Order: sequence, then C-alpha cells, then structure tokens
Amino acid sequence: MPAESTSQNTRNTAEAPDNAAALAGLDALQTRGGQSRTAGEFFRTRVAPPVVALIAALMVWQLTVAIIDPRPDIMPGPLEVGRQIWASIVDGTLPGALATSLWRGVSGFLIAVAVATPLALLIAQWAGLRSAIGPLITGLQVLPSVAWVPAAIVWFGLSDATVYFVVLMGAIPSIVNGMLSGIDQIPPQLLKAGRVLGADGWKLATKVVLPAAMPGYLAGLKQGWAFSWRSLMGAELIAIGGSIGFGLGSLLAQGRTVSDMAIVLTAVLSILLVGIVIELLFFNPLEKKLLRGRGLLVR
Amino acid sequence: MTTTPSETVIRMENLGKTFSAEDGAVLQGLDLEIERGQFVALLGASGSGKTTLLNVVAGLEEPTEGSVTAPAQGAAMMFQDAGLFPWLTAGKNVELALELAGVPKAARKDRVQELLELVRLPSVADKRPHELSGGMRQRVGLARALAQEREVLLMDEPFSALDAITRDLLQEELLRIWEVTGRTIVFITHNVSEAVHLGQRVLLLSSRPGKIVEEWDTGPWKDPGSYGFEAVGQSREETLDQLTRTITHRLREEIGRHAR
Repeated sequence: MPAESTSQNTRNTAEAPDNAAALAGLDALQTRGGQSRTAGEFFRTRVAPPVVALIAALMVWQLTVAIIDPRPDIMPGPLEVGRQIWASIVDGTLPGALATSLWRGVSGFLIAVAVATPLALLIAQWAGLRSAIGPLITGLQVLPSVAWVPAAIVWFGLSDATVYFVVLMGAIPSIVNGMLSGIDQIPPQLLKAGRVLGADGWKLATKVVLPAAMPGYLAGLKQGWAFSWRSLMGAELIAIGGSIGFGLGSLLAQGRTVSDMAIVLTAVLSILLVGIVIELLFFNPLEKKLLRGRGLLVR
Repeated sequence: MTTTPSETVIRMENLGKTFSAEDGAVLQGLDLEIERGQFVALLGASGSGKTTLLNVVAGLEEPTEGSVTAPAQGAAMMFQDAGLFPWLTAGKNVELALELAGVPKAARKDRVQELLELVRLPSVADKRPHELSGGMRQRVGLARALAQEREVLLMDEPFSALDAITRDLLQEELLRIWEVTGRTIVFITHNVSEAVHLGQRVLLLSSRPGKIVEEWDTGPWKDPGSYGFEAVGQSREETLDQLTRTITHRLREEIGRHAR
C-alpha cells in the first residue's frame, strides 16, 4: 500500500525533532527547582526554637530555686551564676581560661588531623596493616583518654605536653576510624567508574577515593573534635599546677576546691558553650554544605 | 556511516572465566568477533555472565581461558546506575573523564559543552547529579563515556532502571548518537524488544556457563531499502515483532534448561 508507506515515512522523518521536544519536556517534568529558605523561615525554624527552649530552661531553673530556696553555695540560681560569669569576665579569669583552653583544643585537634589523615590513608591502602592495628585503634577510641593522664604526668610532668598527649590520644583514633569507614562506605560502582575512566593509583586516590570518603571523614573530624575537647577538659581538671596554663578545666577544679558552685557552673556552661558554638559555626555548616551538594540532605 | 568493512575490533576465542572452582565457569568456550562500528545487543538471563564478559572486554578482569583481543586503550563503559561522582557537577564529571584521558586543560571546557549538547543537555553543566532525573543522569554518563574517545562503548543494562517513557526516548537518542559518533557498541540487556530494536546483531547468552548459543542479524530488517520484509509480505514492524517473539521463545527455552 503506497499511501500508507508514505504516511509511515512522514512519521519517520518527523521523528527526530519530535524526539528532541519530548526529551526536553521530560527533562523539564522530571527536574524540580530547588527551593531556597528565606531569612524569616530560617529564624522561625532554626533560631527561635532553641532560644525559646533556653529561656524556658532558665525560667524553670530560677523558679525551682525560688520555690525550694536551697543554699546558694550548693545550688545557685541563674541570676547568681550570671553575676559570677560577669565578675569572671571583668576580672579576666574567664576570657583567659577560655583562650587557653580553646587554643589547646584547636591546636591539639589540628595536630591530630595532620597525624590521623595520612595514617588512615596508609591503613586503608594496606590490608595487612589494617588487620594488625585496626582493633587497637578501635580500642583506643573506646578507651577514655583521661585514662592516659597519670601516665602522661609521669612521662611529661605537669606541662602542656601532658595535656596535648591526652588530647591526641583522644582525637587521633576517632579521626582514623571516621576516615576508614568513609573509605569503606564508598559505593563500589563509583570506584569501578573511576577505574573505567582510567584513574589508577594516585589519580584514583585523589580524584575518586578522597572526595568520595569525605562524608565519613567529616563525621570522623566532628567526633575527633568532640574527643579533643572532652580529653582536654579531663586533663585540665586532673593535672593542675606546674607549667600547665590555667584553662576552663582548671577553673572547674578551682570552683570545686573553694566549694563555690557558681564558679563550677560558670566553667561548665563555658565548656558547653564552646562545644555548641564550634558545632554551629563550623561543623554544622560544613556538613550541611557537603551533604546537600551530594543530594544526601533534603533540607 | 563511513566504516571500513569487516575490521574486527573485538575478538574472543574459546574464552573462559572461572572465579572459583565450586561455582564453576561463568563463561566458557566463547567465540565472538565484533566489527568496527557495529551495534551488538547481548541478551541473557541473570547469571549468564554478561557483566563478566564486558569486564573482560574492558580489561577490568582477565580471562582464565582462551584469548581476547580488544583495543589496547581499553573501552568506555556505562552502567545501570550512571555512576556519576556526586561531589562534582555534571560538567565536571565529563571534564574529569577528559582530564583522565589526557585532554589539555584549555580544550576541555569547549569539549564538555559539545558533549553535553550531543546528549541534548546543553544547560546542565552546573547541576549536581542529584538535581537531575535518572534519564538525564544516564545521558550525562553517556557524555562522560564518549569523552574518553574510546573506539568501543560497553553498556551494561544502562536503561533498565528507567521508566518506560524515558527508556523509549533514550533508545532513540542512543541510536542517533551511535550514528553520529560511529562507535562500536556492545549493549547488555535482558529486554528482548530493546535488544531487537537497538542491535544490528542480537546475541543470546546461555547461563552457567555463559556462551553464545544463538545469534540473529537484525541489520537487514532495519535498513529502509532492504529486501527482507517485502519478500515475505510483512511490514518492517511485523517482521521485527516476529523476531522479538522468536527470540523471547528461545530465551525462555534457554532459561528452562535450568529447571530441575
């Protein structure tokens, strides 16, 4: 039938542009525009809830103290603690202790990163080394690093070296294990894609393995920081005097020695605040950016 | 297409692959020759060693028996999952392939755009993979595979995770790109109509061990000026439908052999 074969041919020749249009339509249907958050929405969903919770907690605290009326040196109210914080700021104790601790925590953490990252890459590369020292590293991660304080005092005396040693013993195993699990969790398909594209050895490590392991690595860094900070406070609390500078942990120990609960709470709240601020200003945005960029986080 | 007639790019002789003695051979006694510019569809049930066969051609795995001759430069490869790197934009994914292929930095940017235009995605260079649909990701994957400038393109069920509408459109796109680029394509699928629609040759692979049990040449039926379907008084569609049914029947027969 010539008539039908003509119409058939017309359809066939018309197929190419149709196909392009259909494909473009499908692309438009299947991609959603990303919605960005307004400043107001950010305030309403992210800023307001914790602020309200904090105010509520302070009110409950004040109310409890007002009703029960305990001895102020055992359980001071938020107003007394606030006065103590202000006094410590004015006389310079708190800013000094904060700066000392923060400097040790951050520099100790950075040294830990510099040691742990190549160590983790080496262990990941070399199966024999991994089975040899993998369990030890996991064990060290579980061991509370303040358990090293007595040994460190014997080895390094009451010096900053003692504090750094304890911090490193706390942070390094966490970062190593974080990076290792980041490498373990790389989808095999990505490694295969990398190899098919011709990446091997150094190229595969830097262009595929490292970026692919980033989420696990970042989780390790986050935990490594937490361990640094905790170990530091533990070390400062236990090892006092000598050439060790006066940090937040030392302030805490001082409060206990003079039985002044307001000083103790000032130190505890400051330690807590540092943890929150570092998380909110540094790790949280970094993690969100990383995960959102990979489509692993919706909001 | 300007292809040199009968220039073999892939040759396998008595090829066999065994991973472990207790599992037996995955591939055995496989003979296959593929000519430059051919589109070969490889059909087989699960466990027929299709992926292993592609890995051997790509040089990712060594055969344990027989010999394989493939381009020394290796082959480009596409998977069911596009395998795009999620930390790179679509454009950077393609660019990385160019970089690893040794293309100088200055030439990369334009080439990336050319390749994305070839797969009809001219404006997604700055999008991350998760912002694209499955079909778009596969096209970026195709652009990345083409960036390698390899003679042979191996495709491991690239459309099997897509919805039917997208799959139909991408099949047409692949045929268009095949004609434009003149690549030699080995396309794995478990979908008989897809194999018949795309391949010039359809090869049926048996399972455990995998070897080629039958081959159909669909090329003549697709050529508009061909003799075949008029001779038997059928339209081209009818002829291809019939071929699809024949192959489906043969595939089921082959799978049925494994029943106990």
